[in-house]
Amino acid sequence: MRFFLFLWDFVVGDDWRAAIGIALAIGAAASVVAAGVNDWWLIPIGVAVVLALSLRRETQQPR
Amino acid sequence: MTAAFLVASAFLASAVEFVEALTIVLAAGLTRGWRASLTGLAAATVVLAAIVAALGPTLKLIPIDALRLVVGALLLAFGLQWLRKAILRASGYKPLHDETAIFAREAEEARSAASERRVGLDWYGFTLAFKGVLLEGLEVAFIVITFGSTQGNIGLAALGAGIALVLVATVGVLVRAPLSRVPENTMKFAVGVMLTTFGIFWATEGVGAHWPGDDASLPGVLAFVVLLSSGAVALLRRRRLAFA
Repeated sequence: MRFFLFLWDFVVGDDWRAAIGIALAIGAAASVVAAGVNDWWLIPIGVAVVLALSLRRETQQPR
Repeated sequence: MTAAFLVASAFLASAVEFVEALTIVLAAGLTRGWRASLTGLAAATVVLAAIVAALGPTLKLIPIDALRLVVGALLLAFGLQWLRKAILRASGYKPLHDETAIFAREAEEARSAASERRVGLDWYGFTLAFKGVLLEGLEVAFIVITFGSTQGNIGLAALGAGIALVLVATVGVLVRAPLSRVPENTMKFAVGVMLTTFGIFWATEGVGAHWPGDDASLPGVLAFVVLLSSGAVALLRRRRLAFA
């Protein structure tokens, strides 16, 4: 159990929403490729959106 | 080009982690004795080498596209943590990483801890050095294994990490003080940028999309991540000053 907690903290860290956002972007990119479109641009856009939202959450939290 | 990126990324990421591990080993060594601290360092190094030796060849059995997808996804999740923290530090929303302060805190805790001897060693000093090196080293092992296996060249990634280890260890032995003059925050920023760049590149290839120009597009992805993160720093800095 402690190992999985460590693994979670190691990969996901303190923003699980960002990790879900990345997973969604990759899933969406895979679906679009399966439909026959070479969507090399989709994951970079997804990363930009996920990063922006994560930074917004972090800087708006009361410190 | 990709080989140079690979070595540079492994070198930078490893150097940052080794500087942090050195701070912990020094704090343990100076306060609890060098025997326990260096034994902890050696034991953690053996465990890390075993992890790399066991996982490296296993990953070669996974088909390259599946491997790139998994590694790309992991690197994106992992790299975005680094990048987000680096952006928050650079824009003033998070305090800068300070090895001198960390050393002082670790040394104070080590000094006040009770003395307990096991297998002829000061147990606190041993476990402090062991845990510190293992945890910092796991990030290095993760980067060496993922970068190396995805590019089909674990040796090259290990070379970058090895150069960093020799460099940090040599300077550490010479100065016997935390390496507070290393531009660690800038290096952490660079590592976040590189991890995210490789994560985007490999995750995209892993889902089956093709980059225009194949490997030649890697500098373009790097430029995109640099622009994105620099833009975020500039925006956040301006916003923080406006609300100050």
